[in-house]
Amino acid sequence: MPQVRIVLNKCGIIDPKQINTYVDKDGFKALKKAREMTPEAVINEVKASGLRGRGGAGFPCGLKWEGARSSPGEEKYVICNADEGEVGTFKDRYILENDPFTLIEGIAIAGYAVGSKQGYIYLRAEYHYLLDLLSGAVDQARESGFLDGFDIVVREGAGAYVCGEESALMESIEGKRGESRYRPPFPTVAGLWQKPSTINNVETLMNVPQIILNGSDWYSKIGTERSKGTKVFSVSGDVGKPGVYELVLGTPLRELVETLASAQNIKLVQIGGATGRIVPYDMVDTPLAFENILGAGAITVFDESRDVINIVYRTMEFLAEESCGKCTPCRQGSEAMVEILERFDRGKGLKKDIRVLKELSDTMILSSLCGLGQAAPFSVMDTLKYFSNDYEKRIQS
Amino acid sequence: MSKNNSLDKAPDNILVAIKEAQARSGYLSRSSIEKLAESFHVPINEVYGVASFYSFLAIKPMGRNVIRICRSLPCYLKNCQIIIDAVKQEIGIKPGQTTADGRFSFELTNCIGLCDKAPAMLINNDAHVDLTPERISQILKSYK
Repeated sequence: MPQVRIVLNKCGIIDPKQINTYVDKDGFKALKKAREMTPEAVINEVKASGLRGRGGAGFPCGLKWEGARSSPGEEKYVICNADEGEVGTFKDRYILENDPFTLIEGIAIAGYAVGSKQGYIYLRAEYHYLLDLLSGAVDQARESGFLDGFDIVVREGAGAYVCGEESALMESIEGKRGESRYRPPFPTVAGLWQKPSTINNVETLMNVPQIILNGSDWYSKIGTERSKGTKVFSVSGDVGKPGVYELVLGTPLRELVETLASAQNIKLVQIGGATGRIVPYDMVDTPLAFENILGAGAITVFDESRDVINIVYRTMEFLAEESCGKCTPCRQGSEAMVEILERFDRGKGLKKDIRVLKELSDTMILSSLCGLGQAAPFSVMDTLKYFSNDYEKRIQS
Repeated sequence: MSKNNSLDKAPDNILVAIKEAQARSGYLSRSSIEKLAESFHVPINEVYGVASFYSFLAIKPMGRNVIRICRSLPCYLKNCQIIIDAVKQEIGIKPGQTTADGRFSFELTNCIGLCDKAPAMLINNDAHVDLTPERISQILKSYK
């Protein structure tokens, strides 16, 4: 399947510092069109398109907007999650660097659809060097009259992986520790400042102007039955051509890592970063789609020279450090896993450890408060399934 | 905290105020945390809790320049260890330490989203990518 540019279609074509170069390429036409529609019609168009969240969870975007719109309350917020912290993800950096205006247009359409007067972009502190460009783009949009009764504030994080999780992100915008919230209530009912809120990933919002301009019929013809449109992938690790690639959803993993990114002698691919899945090479023809494996599109390739246990150990070390600490299964479970995996890394695993790893995985998945803890065991579970020999070899007899 | 209609919550926001305080004095001293708590009418532990939660906030004195080398898997695969060693050798301190002259603090960080140009690091807010040990000395020279 070919590379198709929907999300990235203006990257490299416009000057991200000059709004007029964006306007010349049909910029803000979708916003104008949306404002000639009713907010309900905009939401219906997004619903009909089949657009699902690109931050990893894949929740239908239109349903989220509808939820926030129908929640009672005058004050509502739309939030753009520009806190991509998942290990191996850098697509949103590329998007922000090259085309902040489509994002702003997408946020403004979301604001109109939801009935919000205030948008936030939560930018990760690691991307501070993009702050001036992004704020400058918002200023230009405001000065050119495109925001019209709506405003966008760029709020910066302060270095915390968990703040990419929607409820922790909202805590952080409110100025607190970035700890996940109990749900329900969901953000569409009680989100930022306890007001109805939508929170969408950068890439999700980038799709919106194209959907409004070209219609949901056009969009829903692209991709698979349950995964419409394209996905932007961040490819790194043992590849010849690391970088950002946009592909139609459903494209086999092989095409991305071998054909486009020039990977050779692949042992395994980690899809979705630290909380993602591990795919052994013999499953490299798996289609990249929500119904299979996707995550936020972080693709880290490991070749034959890499040690499976070491990869999992480092992954868990990262998660244990980044756990916000609020709920016990995630805080204690990830620490216990690090302890065990460190033993295996040294070749001193114990026989009972395998059982303990499985028990911890079940517990964390079932009882963690947010996606971090619920997905933290995936790399352990997948490697126990596909690379059990690597564990067995490290058990001290 | 006010949850009223004002559009920009910045003046009421503890994290924003903490970041401003850190920008002024390089780190969050005990007395600056106490002052912030007083001005927000919240217990000291609430401000401390926020200040100690985020990795880009410091509750101990930091050097004028903060080096953060990425040690997450994509950079690890591109041998970030030799970059860490080169920085160690160049400034004579280990990760977690600050040079005696206060010029550099040295830290290891989790993924900074520069995996396509690994190994990578941030110095203050500047991204340095496709690093080699040979380039370290030259890069560090520009930070006084």
